Amino acid sequence: MNAIEVSQVSKSFRGIRAVNDLSFTVGTGEVFGMVGPNGAGKTTTLRMSMDIIKPDSGEIEILGEHINEESKNRIGYLPEERGLYRKITVSESLTYLAALKNMKGRPVKDRTAALLERVDMVQHRNKKIEELSRGMSQIIQFIATILHDPELIVLDEPFAGLDPVNTELLKGFILELKGQGKSIILSTHMMNQVEELCDRVLMINKGQAVLYGGLGEIKSRFRNNSIFLECDRIPDELPGVIGRKAHGKYIELFLDGQTPPFEVLAALVNSRSTINRFEVSTPSLNEIFIQVVKEG
Amino acid sequence: MKKTLTILRHEFRQTLKRKAFIIMTVALPLVLMLGYGIYQAVQHWHEPSEPQEVKIGYVDEAGGFDKYTTQQDITFILYPNEEKAKSALLDSEVEEYFVIAADYLSSGRITRYTTKSEFEVPVKIWSSIEDFLLSNLLAEEVSPELLERAKIPMQLNTVELDESGEIVSAQDDVTKAILPVVFGMIFIFAIFFSSGFLLQSVSEEKENRVIEIILSSVSSRQLLAGKVLGLGAAGLLQVAIWLIAIKIFADAASVNIPALSNLSIPSSFLAWGILFFIMGYALFAAIFAGVGSLGSTARESQSLSGIIVLPSIVPLWFSYFIISNPESTFAKALTFIPVTAPITAMMRLSRDVLSVWEIVLSLTILALSAMLAMWIAAKVFRVFLLMYGKTPSLREIARYVREA
Repeated sequence: MNAIEVSQVSKSFRGIRAVNDLSFTVGTGEVFGMVGPNGAGKTTTLRMSMDIIKPDSGEIEILGEHINEESKNRIGYLPEERGLYRKITVSESLTYLAALKNMKGRPVKDRTAALLERVDMVQHRNKKIEELSRGMSQIIQFIATILHDPELIVLDEPFAGLDPVNTELLKGFILELKGQGKSIILSTHMMNQVEELCDRVLMINKGQAVLYGGLGEIKSRFRNNSIFLECDRIPDELPGVIGRKAHGKYIELFLDGQTPPFEVLAALVNSRSTINRFEVSTPSLNEIFIQVVKEG
Repeated sequence: MKKTLTILRHEFRQTLKRKAFIIMTVALPLVLMLGYGIYQAVQHWHEPSEPQEVKIGYVDEAGGFDKYTTQQDITFILYPNEEKAKSALLDSEVEEYFVIAADYLSSGRITRYTTKSEFEVPVKIWSSIEDFLLSNLLAEEVSPELLERAKIPMQLNTVELDESGEIVSAQDDVTKAILPVVFGMIFIFAIFFSSGFLLQSVSEEKENRVIEIILSSVSSRQLLAGKVLGLGAAGLLQVAIWLIAIKIFADAASVNIPALSNLSIPSSFLAWGILFFIMGYALFAAIFAGVGSLGSTARESQSLSGIIVLPSIVPLWFSYFIISNPESTFAKALTFIPVTAPITAMMRLSRDVLSVWEIVLSLTILALSAMLAMWIAAKVFRVFLLMYGKTPSLREIARYVREA
C-alpha cells in the first residue's frame, strides 16, 4: 500500500492551469520532498490530496483508499496558510483539534503532555496562543499536526519563519517520525532542506512534474563529469582530463566520461603534490532545478 | 455526524465564553431587575415607614371636628390650642399639625405646620386630611355610599372611537400588547446576535488561518452544520434566560405594579415565536456563514454583512407603524418576504392578527429560503474559505456557486 497515489490530476482556477496532468506516488515510510518555486502548484496539489478542494480530473488515493472521514483521522496536515485560535489556550486548542481527528480523553492528555515536555513548553500549556511568540505558536501548530499519531504527515513549508534552533528541533522530529515508519511529505521551495531530509523528490514547475525520482539517482543523472581541485602543483598530464577551467583559488577539471574520478586522484597522489581539496562535483538540487527549468 | 457534534459543542462553549454574549444575556434581566428595584425604591421613598402609624396633630378652632380621627393609617390627635400642638410637634409626639380656622366653613382655610421641607404636600397626607374633614362634615348628613362617592367622585375610563363609531382599541389593550412586543423584540435580537456570532466565528477562523487545519479534518458541510447548530443552541439558551427573566419580572410586576396588572402572554404566541426564531435563525445563519467566508478578515466580513442586514431591519424602522397597523398591506407584504418575515411576523403575532394560513405560508417561505441559503452557503463556504485578498464581487460569487 502506498501512502499517496496521485494519477493524472489537473486543476484550473479562473482558466489558469494550477496543476496539469500530475502523477506521483509516495511510498509508506519514506520522506518525500515536493519542491518547486512559489506558485508551482505544490499547495494546490496538497489541498487536493487532503480533500479540501476537488480536482477537475484525475484520481487521488490516500492510504490505499479514496479519502473519507475515517482516513482523514489518519492524516496530519500542516498547511502553508496556518494559524491557531488566538483567544484559546494551548491545551484547549490541541484538545479540540485532536477531537476533530476523533482522538479524545486520556490519550490526548498524555500525548499533549509528552509532546509539550519534548519541546520544553509545558509551562505555556494554559497560555492563550496570542501570548506566545510566532516561533512558539508554529511549534504548537506542528504538535497539533502529529498529536493524533497519524500514519501520513503532510508538511507544507514547515520551516518558513522558524529560527535556526526551532528549525533543528523540527528536523529532529521529522527524522524521528521517519524512524517510527511514518510517511512524510515535505513541500518546500528551499532545496537544501530537501537534500538533507528526503529520500525521493518530485520537482514541480508551472503545475507539471519536471523531475521525479530518488534523490541520489537524480543527482547522479545530473552529474556533469567534473572535478574541483585545489592543490599547489597540477601535473600537465592527467588521465581522462580533456579540459581545465580556472576559478580563482581552485581549478575545475573536465573528464572524458569514461575515466572514473579515483584514477585522477591516484595520478595526483603519485605526482606528490599537496592536495587541499578534491571534490567530485555533484550539482545541488537548486542548480539541477534551474537547469531543468531553463531546458524546459 | 460525530465530528459535527464535536464542532457543535466547541462552538457552543466558545460562544458562552464570549464577553459580548455574556453581557447581552445578562443585560436584559439586569435592566428588568433594576427597573423593578427603582420602582420599588421610589414607592418606598414616597411612603416612608409605611407600616408604622403616623400621628398628626390638629387644633379645631371651627369646632365639630372630633370624630373619624383614624384615616387610612394616619391618626389625628386633637390639641386644645396651637402652643400645645407646637410643643407636641417639637417633642416629636406628632409628625406635624394643622389648624382648622374659625371661619373654615366659609373660607376652607387649613394651615399646616411641619418640620420637614417638602416640594408639595404628600398625596397620602393630603387625601387623609381631606377624608377626615369630609367625614366630619358629611357623616351625619348622608349615607355611607354617598360619603364614599364624595371622597372619590369618579373612576375615569376613556374609549377611542373611529369615524364609523367603532371602538378603535380599548386603552387597557396597550398593556396587554407590551409584553408580546417585548417578546418579539427578544426573538429578533436573539436571531441577530446568534447569526452575528456565527459570522464572527467563521471569519475569525479564516483570519486566524486555522480554517485549513480544520478543513483537513472535517468537510465544509460538517463545519457549517456544527457551527450553525452550536450557535443556534447558544441563541436558544439566551432566549430561554431572557424568557425566564421576563416571566419572573412579569409575575412580580403584575402583583406589585398596578399599571401592569394585565400582563399576560398567550402561550400560542410563545410556540409560534420559537418556530419563527428557529426558521429565522436558520436563514440568517446561512447568509451570515456565507458572508463570513467571503472577507479576508473578521472586520471585512462584518462590514459586508451590513449590506445584508440593512433590508432585514426594515420592519424595525417601521415597527411603530406595523404594531399600530398590523393589518395593513405593507405589514402583510413584509410577512412574506424571507428576510423581513421573522421580525414582521413576530410583531403582528404580538397584536394577535396573524391567521393560521398566514403563519403557515410565512413559515414555509422561510423554511424554503433557509434551505436554499444553506445550500448556497455550503458552496460559498467551500470555495471562499481558502481565498484571501480582494473580496469577490457578486458576479464572481455567482459563477463559483454554479461551478462548485
